[in-house]
Amino acid sequence: MAETLTKNHEILEGPQAPRQSRFVQQFRLFKENRLAVVGLVIFLAFFITAVAGVVLTSGQDPVFNPSLVRLQEKLQPPLSLPNLETLKAHEVPTLGIYLLGTDDLGRDVFARMLQGAWVSLTVGFVAVGIAVIVGIFLGGLAGYYGQEGICYDQILDFLLLLSGIIFFILKWHKLGFGLFTAGIFMMILSFRARRVKQNRFMPGWLHKSAFSFDTLIMRMVDIMLCFPSFFLILTVVALLPASIYNIMIVIGLTSWMGTTRFVRAEFLSLREQDFVSAAKALGLGNFRIIFRHMMPNAVAPVLVSATIGIATAILTEAGLSFLGFGVPPPYATWGNILSDGKRFIFDAPWLTFVPGIAILIVVLCFNLFGEGLKDALNPKLRQE
Amino acid sequence: MALTDNHKNAVTLQVAGLKKYFPVHRGFFQRVAARVKAVDGVDFEIGPGKSLGLVGESGCGKSTVGRLILKLLEPDGGKIFYKGRDISHLSPREMRPLRQEIQIVFQDPYGSLNPRMTIGQSIDEGLRCVGLSKEGRKSRREELLEMVGIWPGAADRYPHEFSGGQRQRVGVARSLSVNPSLIICDEPISALDVSIQAQIINLLNDLQSRLDLSYLFISHDLNVVSYISDRVAVMYLGHIMEYADTESLFEKPLHPYTLALLSSVPKIDDTGTRGAHTPLKGDVPSPLDPPPGCKFQGRCPRVEERCRKEEIQFSRFDGDHWVRCWKASP
Amino acid sequence: MAFQKPLLRTEDLKVYFYGRDKISRAVDGVSYHIHAGETVCLVGESGCGKTVSALAALGLIPSPPGKIVGGRILFKGTDILSLDEDAMQKIRGNQISMVFQEPLTSLNPVFTIGDQIGEAIRTHETISQDALDKRCVQLLRDMGIPSPEQRLHDYPHQLSGGQRQRVMIAMALACNPDLMIADEPTTALDVTVQAQILNLLKSVQEKASMAVLYITHDLGVVSGIADRVYVMYAGLIVEEGNTRQVFGNAVHPYTMGLLASLPDRKKRGKRLHNIPGTVPNPAYKPDGCPFHPRCSHAVESCKTVEPEMIPLEEGHRCRCPVLAKKP
Repeated sequence: MAETLTKNHEILEGPQAPRQSRFVQQFRLFKENRLAVVGLVIFLAFFITAVAGVVLTSGQDPVFNPSLVRLQEKLQPPLSLPNLETLKAHEVPTLGIYLLGTDDLGRDVFARMLQGAWVSLTVGFVAVGIAVIVGIFLGGLAGYYGQEGICYDQILDFLLLLSGIIFFILKWHKLGFGLFTAGIFMMILSFRARRVKQNRFMPGWLHKSAFSFDTLIMRMVDIMLCFPSFFLILTVVALLPASIYNIMIVIGLTSWMGTTRFVRAEFLSLREQDFVSAAKALGLGNFRIIFRHMMPNAVAPVLVSATIGIATAILTEAGLSFLGFGVPPPYATWGNILSDGKRFIFDAPWLTFVPGIAILIVVLCFNLFGEGLKDALNPKLRQE
Repeated sequence: MALTDNHKNAVTLQVAGLKKYFPVHRGFFQRVAARVKAVDGVDFEIGPGKSLGLVGESGCGKSTVGRLILKLLEPDGGKIFYKGRDISHLSPREMRPLRQEIQIVFQDPYGSLNPRMTIGQSIDEGLRCVGLSKEGRKSRREELLEMVGIWPGAADRYPHEFSGGQRQRVGVARSLSVNPSLIICDEPISALDVSIQAQIINLLNDLQSRLDLSYLFISHDLNVVSYISDRVAVMYLGHIMEYADTESLFEKPLHPYTLALLSSVPKIDDTGTRGAHTPLKGDVPSPLDPPPGCKFQGRCPRVEERCRKEEIQFSRFDGDHWVRCWKASP
Repeated sequence: MAFQKPLLRTEDLKVYFYGRDKISRAVDGVSYHIHAGETVCLVGESGCGKTVSALAALGLIPSPPGKIVGGRILFKGTDILSLDEDAMQKIRGNQISMVFQEPLTSLNPVFTIGDQIGEAIRTHETISQDALDKRCVQLLRDMGIPSPEQRLHDYPHQLSGGQRQRVMIAMALACNPDLMIADEPTTALDVTVQAQILNLLKSVQEKASMAVLYITHDLGVVSGIADRVYVMYAGLIVEEGNTRQVFGNAVHPYTMGLLASLPDRKKRGKRLHNIPGTVPNPAYKPDGCPFHPRCSHAVESCKTVEPEMIPLEEGHRCRCPVLAKKP
């Protein structure tokens, strides 16, 4: 055996090609897409503006005061100078000029845009964050554990518990309580029936699988996609108290379907890959297989769809604010600046153009950035 | 195959009546509409340090057998004994300690390594399962890479930087990382270049004699199987058609399918003359809709009425030569 | 035969692929020829340039990134590299046809096989629908497809792999070409089906007296069907000759190594001969003889001097100055 060992020593092999790191290759592919680079630069500028905006416009005595009313200076066009004679010292804009004009109450549009940038950014990121988390969770479950069946008794338990809670909420306390206890009792029964293999507690058909977990989640996605989501959001927002956090959560909870489908498809194809089988054969736990082996391979398309999702969320928030269902005044967002401005579109067109163009540019840059990211993360393009 | 307990303990792996039926789903609620009998009653055994070749055409269920033994799939019937212990119905938790005893080497060297991990990290996953410390892992990793002929300094490189043959070596190193005693080689060389195939075969052979490994060698290539295995099982549509020692099977094949396979293999003939052979007619039927009776009846040159009607039993001929054909005679 | 003009001849063909920052010299000076009615095999491993050197004869090199940077391809005496796309279209399918490796992806899934065979014929000649259908049925029958009238209306996914490859061959034969290029037509098939297809190819070739350029990596298939063999390595032909010369009397260390490394029952218990190292990446080819890093016979000059083809016997040539000298 020693002979073969020394033979092996002679032909020890390494890669032929010079070392190329994945990141360098990706960055090079990204750089080749000019528009994507423009998108990235604008995105960074927007990010800095938004962060600066929240710092400069908040607090007791902000540098730029977005809610300071100067009725005598209303509807000033962009780049006009304040009339120093009629203004008190603290009312003079910080830059000494109305960079983007003033609105119908004489508030500085530049300060309001700064404040609104932060709203757009947080709405975009938080809403997409929620959507991605829900999407990865449900999609991962459907993709990895999808073939596990849901049995009739489990459906029954769930329906009993749910109807119990509903009746309780509808103030039919006795009926609700009864159904709820029946549900819990059923759960204990079916749990025991599963523990001891030959069950005497329940008829056998209750333990047959009705449909798979994957079917359940994917049908849920189909149903959610049936609703025109903007009207769904409108309805929910009308029922809930108006607040920026509710908006974020509602947008997030109505846009997870795409990510779920993505992640499920990725997981379904990854699950069949040999390296996942190999990890299972080595005896690794499900947790490690999902998070160490599958997730890093599934994350690229999710990232791309998330980037484009941020643009959609910003648009949705602007739309809601425009309709008056969004973030409540006096807090400024690009949507409600636009909405306020529409009444003066002929007298003061900058009130509509400034936020409109800002939304256009930011949404466009996110989409371009997402496209570039898609190319950069595409392993097929990277190979050659 | 009735065997005594004593015998069971002596073999590394014994498979008896193994079955796997894949459900076919249809409809809104994805109900089970049909079942594909991918593996339909398979028996064989592998002794310690021995190789069994499992040969068959695509779709015959040979890879499914490998995955059933690894317990990547749950069998629908039959038993799998590993060193005398029935592992066919162990829960994932009970299976954990046994996992490391049986490992696999895959066909596709591109899909079998995680593209987001360096090859060192891939091997480390196995070493972690054995419970080695960080230093222990490093030295063992270098030892393993050297054993399969990869420069240990390349451990921090990603799989896409290696050639197919090198990746296959890394795959072998990963499966060795948990010190298995049985390795399932699922077409380990058929995706490789001709000049690389011999390297991997030699590597597998060296490792077998050095570490006393048992192999289940799944392949469609009869030449490779005849070189590497001690015994050979020929599969067709989920059934084993013939099962015998390599010499015996290649010298005097008893089943008409084995005969047809052997005559279909192109042989290197340096005289420039071509051996005329009559190829088998027809294609492999779909496993969704197999013929009744003997699965081979539709293509068999010796077919008779009985073959179409009854399921043919697996029966033993002289010595340890098993065949699923009632017309076979030694 | 030897003095007859060859049907297809390439002279010093060079095809390079231009990547972002590297040039892959996929085919680096390849000369081969095929006489009418002959079966010639190009054998080699993946990336050795065998497919590219055959595709060049059809003008099917994807460009960019590929580019024919040198050499000539003569088909019946005319240089097809100088032809324009229209003239090339007339040759393609009509005089030179092609069968690909993967029969599922080379057939269009939304058309029936009757449509697809019919289209191959209609592109090159005017023919009535009735006559066309008859001809398609006849072609399928010649290919040994059962009940061809019904199969004509089937879609590709309704056929098995072997039958799809028969349809591909029927399409390639539709216009009675002089030369058929078959690129690994049996690699995706099972051995029993492969044997059927090889027999079919042999019989249609005899009937139609057509030349076949067969591209494969499987030495067993080559020895079964070829009249002459070209062994390729890293964009070069390293050995050529008739089947008896190449398989019985191989001279180049690569050919010898390949033949010796094939596993066989007779070699049981013995270690297989093994060519060390890896097939070179076409972008990072070694200097001198491309095989020298893996060659056990290499001498100092192999590392620097690119070897020439050295004639050995009638029609047998090899690109190894070290071994060719020995008697």
